[in-house]
Amino acid sequence: METLLSIKDLTIDFDQGKRFVRALHGVSLNVARGEVLGVVGESGCGKSITWLAALGLLGSKARISGSVRLNGQEIAGAPENDLAGLRGGRIAMIFQDPSSSLNPVHRIGRQIAEALKLHRGMTGASANAEAARLLDRVGIANATRRLREYPHEMSGGMNQRIMIAMALAGEPDLLIADEPTTALDATIQAQILDLLTELRRDSGMALVLISHDLGVVADMSDRVAVMYGGRVIEEADTGSLFDSPAHPYTRGLIAALPDIDGPRRRLESIPGTVPAPDQLPPGCSFAPRCAIASKICDARVPAFLPYGEKQSHFAACIKCRGGAPTETASMPGNKSALVPA
Amino acid sequence: MVQYLLMKIFRALVTVTLIVSAAFVVLRLSGDPAIIILGPEAPPEAFEAFRRNWGLDQPIWVQYFKYFAAVFQGDLGNSMRDGRSALVVVGERIPLTLAITLPALFIKLAIGLPAGVMAALYRNTWVDRLIMMLSVAGFTVPSFVLGLVLAMIFAVWLGWLPSGGSDTWAHAVLPTVTMGLVGAAVIARFTRSAMLEVLGQPYIRTASAKGLLWRDVVRNHALPNAAIPTLTIIGFLVGSLVAGAVVVESVFSWPGVGRLLVNAVANRDLAVVQVILLLVGLTMVGANLAVDILYGIVDPRLRIKRLQAGS
Repeated sequence: METLLSIKDLTIDFDQGKRFVRALHGVSLNVARGEVLGVVGESGCGKSITWLAALGLLGSKARISGSVRLNGQEIAGAPENDLAGLRGGRIAMIFQDPSSSLNPVHRIGRQIAEALKLHRGMTGASANAEAARLLDRVGIANATRRLREYPHEMSGGMNQRIMIAMALAGEPDLLIADEPTTALDATIQAQILDLLTELRRDSGMALVLISHDLGVVADMSDRVAVMYGGRVIEEADTGSLFDSPAHPYTRGLIAALPDIDGPRRRLESIPGTVPAPDQLPPGCSFAPRCAIASKICDARVPAFLPYGEKQSHFAACIKCRGGAPTETASMPGNKSALVPA
Repeated sequence: MVQYLLMKIFRALVTVTLIVSAAFVVLRLSGDPAIIILGPEAPPEAFEAFRRNWGLDQPIWVQYFKYFAAVFQGDLGNSMRDGRSALVVVGERIPLTLAITLPALFIKLAIGLPAGVMAALYRNTWVDRLIMMLSVAGFTVPSFVLGLVLAMIFAVWLGWLPSGGSDTWAHAVLPTVTMGLVGAAVIARFTRSAMLEVLGQPYIRTASAKGLLWRDVVRNHALPNAAIPTLTIIGFLVGSLVAGAVVVESVFSWPGVGRLLVNAVANRDLAVVQVILLLVGLTMVGANLAVDILYGIVDPRLRIKRLQAGS
């Protein structure tokens, strides 16, 4: 498939006044045209800032190196005006908290019209009609009336629909959805995900779905990248990742998912928390929480290498070279926790 | 909305009544106007006559009710010093005070707002540090100190401007600039924090992600939102137009309402003090009311709430 966006060796350091703290350690990811890439990981693992950095949205505190290519053209470090033209036009983004992501003092219509004017040169009545069409498209009834309302007059789910409509205004090739359903109720969550699937099918745009929820990602993605401690630690097509996860962290995430079909069992959790960016261990950053870690894991950062037979499955774990790990990757403490059905 | 406004006005009237009542009691307990105005050497009969004449021989609560009865009939009493209507005595001074406070308000806004916005946009750079250093200096130095320093530089050393009085427009320059600089420091600091608060909001990121250039993000999505909290402090400044110059008028011998207030308190010229307090209370309350109404216009979230509360 044709590569749409290619991120290579992206590194981000945040200026903390006296020193720099590295938040992203050389991330490489590709998004093909029309593909859905799921990006999972706990909060603080770098999954959002990767994409914010790609769009130049991190502000002056972030020092970015590496390459970001859109259709083969380098956009990392591009002039602000060029980047602004891409944002919302070629690459659109929606965020976690839709209600605070819309400006409370402007009407919905104006906020959508702004994007229409920027990317499609529409103003006045034509922009208004197009904005109404977009609202209708994302499933908002009474679109014309809604355009005159303010974000606080709508529910969180409605606001996320509006954010999506605004993102569609520029007819982007790629939509980056950063935890689009995290702040929403479970039922609304499903509606928004269905909407995204439907829009993607109709428009053929690629989607990057950032989530801490493996279940959401499993349903929608063609391919999944798992991030931990500012690195991609496993990447595979969705089927392969869920059938034969390589990295103990991925296994832990999957073990933490409830299973609808299988026998009832206690959900397993990964002990410990994500280390702070400035306190990463010298070797594998997951080693302190890993059940199968040994001394060699602390020696150096494991390389990101092919895993198993598939050419598209990669993992960064010394313990799982050339097939499944020799030891069980189940988490300590919960080994005998199977509950009879 | 009408109901909301009536409620506001009613509360404002209660506030003003409380201010005037407190002043009424304190001034009458803290000194005898007869002694101050006639002098301690005056014969006892003169004191008697003076007290009877002004009703000061009656119990304080009788005076209090008589005063309010008169106020509701539009009679605010007369100055004990020259017997003229207190309203006229105060009224004469208002234009003089406005002559320095209005230009000062302009200076405050013209310097303070852009300085605060710039400091926020260039946060943690030398621009921000310089502006904030000046701002901290501006509002930690009391206005009488700044006034005296300016008088020393421009009146004593350079001899460009007069140090006190009110004969020409040149006399108004130093008091105006003194007030303007102090106020600008306050506004700059307040505007900066309002802007920083807004710039950290998720909708700013959305506006950038939409493809707007940074200057349009600031103009369309940051400035209108930051204007809302800034309105409060501007309302406060407008409210203090009449009485905010007490210190500066005293320093520069500017014969405005502020100096009249100081003299009237010293002389226990009760009616005059009370008229000034009423005036101050009413302008404050009026300015607050105006801010409240403006809030409803600029902030759609409040507009809705009020419509619902009012209906």
